[in-house]
Amino acid sequence: MITAEGISKTYKTTPALDGFDLDVPKGTVCGLLGPNGAGKTTAVKILATLTRHDRGRATVNGYDVRTQTRHVKASIGLLGQHAALDEVLSARQNLVMFGKLFHLGSSAAQKRADELLIRFDLADAGTKDVSKFSGGMRRRLDLAASLIRNPPVLFLDEPTTGLDPRGRNEVWQAIRALARDGTTVLLTTQYLEEADELADSIVLIDGGRVVAEGTPAQLKARLGADRLEVTVRRAEDLARAKEILDASEVDEPARRLRAPAGQGLAALVQVAQVFQASGIQVEDIGLRRPTLDEVFLSLTGGDNR
Amino acid sequence: MKWAIADGWTVTQRDLAHWARQPFSVIVNLAFPVMVLLMFAYLFGGSMVVPGGGDYREFLLPGMYGLAMAFGVEATFTAVSTDVTKGVTDRFRSMPMAPSAVVVGRSAADMLNSAAGLVVLVAAGLAMGWRWHDGFARAMAAIGLLLLLRFALLWLGVYLGLLLRRPEAVMALQILVWPIGFLSNVFVSPETMPTWLGTLAQWNPLSATVSAARELFGNPGWGGESWIAQHSLLMAVVWPVLLVAVFFPLSVRRYQKMSD
Repeated sequence: MITAEGISKTYKTTPALDGFDLDVPKGTVCGLLGPNGAGKTTAVKILATLTRHDRGRATVNGYDVRTQTRHVKASIGLLGQHAALDEVLSARQNLVMFGKLFHLGSSAAQKRADELLIRFDLADAGTKDVSKFSGGMRRRLDLAASLIRNPPVLFLDEPTTGLDPRGRNEVWQAIRALARDGTTVLLTTQYLEEADELADSIVLIDGGRVVAEGTPAQLKARLGADRLEVTVRRAEDLARAKEILDASEVDEPARRLRAPAGQGLAALVQVAQVFQASGIQVEDIGLRRPTLDEVFLSLTGGDNR
Repeated sequence: MKWAIADGWTVTQRDLAHWARQPFSVIVNLAFPVMVLLMFAYLFGGSMVVPGGGDYREFLLPGMYGLAMAFGVEATFTAVSTDVTKGVTDRFRSMPMAPSAVVVGRSAADMLNSAAGLVVLVAAGLAMGWRWHDGFARAMAAIGLLLLLRFALLWLGVYLGLLLRRPEAVMALQILVWPIGFLSNVFVSPETMPTWLGTLAQWNPLSATVSAARELFGNPGWGGESWIAQHSLLMAVVWPVLLVAVFFPLSVRRYQKMSD
């Protein structure tokens, strides 16, 4: 549904993308993950026809983004980094204006605006100035505006940056609902948690090229084996617990230890038994897969920065 | 083509909706030039001498009309740069609408805005005793020249808005627009200034439009001897056409460069 082959783009002398590849199958959510300046926004802008690339080929909904821009524009919804709304107008006026510019016709645009306001839980705020909206409401209205024509493909550029946890949850729910309805979504984010929550597949980019891709589980598996994580109840037990576990990491304030898990579940059972026998009280014990954060840092070389 | 007009109108309507939602700021925008007018007519007007004699208010009003047109560049700049910063321009660009509509709609809205401002100022002028003396047709020609200047400056505003992309920069623009507005024949005759400054003031496009308007309204002018003073009607057309010829292509190029 969204493809890119060897896309390169240089701004003046700064390379933003350098042989970028992507393939997002229909009806899936792809998370484009990377540090600041990795080229995420450039990739979205090229795919959404806002920026022309220097080399390579990209298609959206089967249309070439360079030569069939009109068809691409008719197939996509775009949510940029900032909520692209008229702050003076009301929520409804914004949706009606964008609806007319999508050539719905005046009465159809009004009808569609009302539908979207209800769907995004904004019906009560429909006549309020957008400038009085909270961050989450603004983002939901922004999302509504990009869905006026039910586009089969949706681009979301850092959709929850700058939102509080509640606003973020609201936006996440809206994105999940869209994915359920079969919209193909390309989402950029700096939050690993976000990609983990929403994406079927993750593409990690750094320095303008793809450094890793796969499902969240595959990426975590790439970092290696599971680990054992134990939190002891009493601080004085930390030293003994460290010895038993042969722990590689100790977080003293949190009374937490981490160690390689070896044979996984068997190791967990064995350690639990040893702790019980030696009278160390355990608050929490479990097998942990590496977090996406760790994958991210190890693959983008972030730990050296 | 059908969509270019329909979409342009939708964008214009958006601006008209702003008026309805912000009546207070509309009133302030309309009242501000009237306030400047009152200041110069009654605070300073008493000590002003019209070159060649005549009533200072008769001299001042065409100047104020011209100045109001020049100040319009700030409104255009603010609107264009706000849309760029907020990402509204990018949303428009990602939609299958007529690309020209953004600019066509903007210019129509700004022209309507400035025309309304001019109507208010003319009404204030008439209330203060200002009159046109050479018939309605010539008065309308003067109004036409004033709006032509506004149209030319619109493209300067669009270009600067796309170039600077920061609505806050309007402060810097104001700092420039005011002295440039005053460095003209709006309030006094350029012949009262030091020679080099007077020459600059005479060649200010605003001066050409204001001179031409005074002539067409039949109001007292400053009647300088220089070539530029003698050809104000011609220059009131040449200057705006020149400004459009420079800033229209520059704006189009800037807009296209957003894809680079």
